[in-house]
Amino acid sequence: MEIGIVSYGAYIPRFRILPEEIGRVWGLDGKGFGKGLMIEQKSIAGPDEDVVTISVEAARNAMKRVDVSPEKIGAIYVGSESHPYVVKPTGTIVAEAIEATPDLTVADYEFACKAGTAAIQTCMGLVGSDMIEYGLAIGSDTSQGAPGDALEFSASAGGAAFLIGSKDVIAKINTTLSYTTDTPDFWRREGQMYPSHGGRFTGEPAYFKHIVSCAKNLLGKCGTKPEDYKYAVFHQPNGKFPQRVAKMLGFSNEQIETGLLVPQIGNTYSGAVPLGLSAILDEAEPGDRIFAIAYGSGAGSDGFDIAVTDAITRFNRKAAPTVREIMANMKAIDYATYAKYRGKIKLSCEE
Amino acid sequence: MTKTPRFWRENKNRYNLIGVKCGSCNAVYFPSRIICPDCGRKSMGKMDKFKFSGRGTVYSNTVVHEAHEQYEMQKPYAIALIELEEGARVLGQIVDCEPYEVQIGMKVKSTFRKLGQDGKSGTIYYGYKFVRERE
Amino acid sequence: MKKVAIIGVGITPFGELWDDSFREIGIKAGFEALHDANISSDDIDAIYVGNMSAGRFIDQEHIGALIADYAGLAHNNIPSTRVEAGGASGALAVRQAYFSIASGMNEIVVVGGAEKMTDIGDVEVNDIQSSAADQEWETVFGATYPSLFALMARRHMHEYGTTREQLSSVAAKNHRHGSLNPKAQFRREIKPEAISRSPVVSDPLRMLDCAPISDGAAAVIMCDMGIAKKYSEHPVEVIASAQASDTLALNQRKSITEMLATKIAGKKAMEMAGIGPADIDLAEVHDNFTISEIMAVEDLGFFPKGEGAKATLDGKTTIGGDIPINTSGGLKARGDPIGATGVAQIVEIVEQLRGKADKRQIKDAKIGLAHSVGGTGSSAIVHILGVGQ
Repeated sequence: MEIGIVSYGAYIPRFRILPEEIGRVWGLDGKGFGKGLMIEQKSIAGPDEDVVTISVEAARNAMKRVDVSPEKIGAIYVGSESHPYVVKPTGTIVAEAIEATPDLTVADYEFACKAGTAAIQTCMGLVGSDMIEYGLAIGSDTSQGAPGDALEFSASAGGAAFLIGSKDVIAKINTTLSYTTDTPDFWRREGQMYPSHGGRFTGEPAYFKHIVSCAKNLLGKCGTKPEDYKYAVFHQPNGKFPQRVAKMLGFSNEQIETGLLVPQIGNTYSGAVPLGLSAILDEAEPGDRIFAIAYGSGAGSDGFDIAVTDAITRFNRKAAPTVREIMANMKAIDYATYAKYRGKIKLSCEE
Repeated sequence: MTKTPRFWRENKNRYNLIGVKCGSCNAVYFPSRIICPDCGRKSMGKMDKFKFSGRGTVYSNTVVHEAHEQYEMQKPYAIALIELEEGARVLGQIVDCEPYEVQIGMKVKSTFRKLGQDGKSGTIYYGYKFVRERE
Repeated sequence: MKKVAIIGVGITPFGELWDDSFREIGIKAGFEALHDANISSDDIDAIYVGNMSAGRFIDQEHIGALIADYAGLAHNNIPSTRVEAGGASGALAVRQAYFSIASGMNEIVVVGGAEKMTDIGDVEVNDIQSSAADQEWETVFGATYPSLFALMARRHMHEYGTTREQLSSVAAKNHRHGSLNPKAQFRREIKPEAISRSPVVSDPLRMLDCAPISDGAAAVIMCDMGIAKKYSEHPVEVIASAQASDTLALNQRKSITEMLATKIAGKKAMEMAGIGPADIDLAEVHDNFTISEIMAVEDLGFFPKGEGAKATLDGKTTIGGDIPINTSGGLKARGDPIGATGVAQIVEIVEQLRGKADKRQIKDAKIGLAHSVGGTGSSAIVHILGVGQ
């Protein structure tokens, strides 16, 4: 059975804020921060957007591109660290909004920035075991950094959805594997509005160790070398990390360029690798091979070896906007507006 | 005080712009009605579910500067009456563009957004809003 | 069907009545009317009270019994009924009283209208006002009450070229009239330019396009014309009463530049009275927003569609003009305590027909019309009053 991506769709909110604007408010060298992180701007959800609305828009974009009846979707998994409810699933709202209810299974996932790829793996398993015909895997976030914290320069909003199945697969997932340990580099406790992180601890023992280990295991299992891939996408908490990890593994800047969105939209957390992969699928051609490694704090990495099939030539890509078309519809806002949109200003009626 | 069932009841219609079509005269209505105002009794039991495409044009518009509590964070914002391509009109907010950019005749399409929430601890409700259809 | 007369009127000042509770203002207006009609509480057969939303403004329902009680009429066990039709609640109470007398069931009836709006904050008041619109398909989506009228105004401007200056002329005229009414909430003139510059509420409508938030009450005593002369030398006759409905939500209407309910109620009332628009000497119309008055004077047939705004700017609706509109100051300047408004309009017409309107008196006024609207035009009620024979 050929299991893989049957369709995909993305969504990124329209608003952006620049690092210099954030720096201006906190007396930091925003421009310098931005340069260091390789982030020119980050996306911000509007006042009426959250993980549910982003997930629904991404799912609808995915469904527009194929002629698959939503009733055939047997599972929906939404990965996010910013679900609007702590108890009550995002996925049920998505299911209702794309008219996939009621004969399906739904659950929300959380695994920091890799909950979306975990959802892909689950759907692959269910399709592969013939439990479902199609599964919808979504990675989406409206992440927030505490005001003035370094995270505020990168934590952003966006998401992508993948319809996983075994018929008319446009990108076959040859192999997937994960690498997981108990590494507390980044977390958010119950009831806390903003996450905490271990500073430089998030680097070497966390991001780099897990991605490099996962990537090496995947290359080993597939018997492939970096140069066998046309594209590669790594989790991108900033612009620097994926570039460095690519270099460590022997991937070139050209290979990661297409899927590297963080300079223009920031770190979309659970949406990061899914959006990067979507941007690659926007331009991929039959035979292209894609190497994708997600990373989620806590910590773990999911790796994917993907091959684009001939079916992509018959696929109605134009039925929904490309990632870069979505990114082009943008508006930069100031810190005050950002604070207003993201609930950092309290109105009396909310008390 | 929770209003959960009141909002939940309309979720499907608000998520997907589902109204009705009269089996007697083919007129479409949004929101749903049990009886067609033109056909009366003849339409009983013939008002079938009808999903609108969400595409339409602005019939009239305004920019709200004094808003209800739920919308205070969004003011000023655009509200419009939209003539859907299938024929019915619907009232909705127009987002993702400058509120004063909206004009009569402008093409719009529906999008999925948060409409409001039942206080700080109640449920969140979602439904249609509209965005400018960009070529 | 019996002829119906009005033999007494009473009205409180409209405005922010901090010292008075809902029940106090209701009773004050009622007693003024009883006194005016020269009757005692023993003569009363029934009470009708127009009130839109006491349940939300002051957490009090069961307004009929409350008013009967505090009017001291509970002892007589007089039936008391609260009536609601959004902004037309007061007018609907008048109409219910009219029915009960015309049918012969009652001889003398007290009609009150009251609203106490200032006990809560503005934001909440706006919320309550919008509950006369469609809560499920309008306000949930971010529409405010003024925004629905703004949609009508925008479309009216689009279709008929109605201008900002013309909208302002409605409010300026009503403030000028209000300055002559001692019971009005606003008794000063406002320049049209100031209206055009006031803060935007819902574009194109600005703060001074909108009727204010008000407390107030009004009452009238109605009776069988056959016995009216016993109480009043100059009874005023209700020569027509008509009502029409339209869809609750604006999006369901074919046209939003007219209020079809107004057109139909107006036409029916004029047919019933056997007169045309030209026979009417003055009218109180529902100007909760400037655009509402423009549509009303068109829909009632005083001016052709699309010419109401220009006619107002040209001064045709001012005291001394072709058809004086809202000599009381209207909802805009007299004030708009929702449930009281429809009754207050009747009070003004009665005073004009009695020749007792002082500085705002229309010379030789014989026939007056009162027009009241609920929601965005979902209910419209028209009464025509004439100098009694």
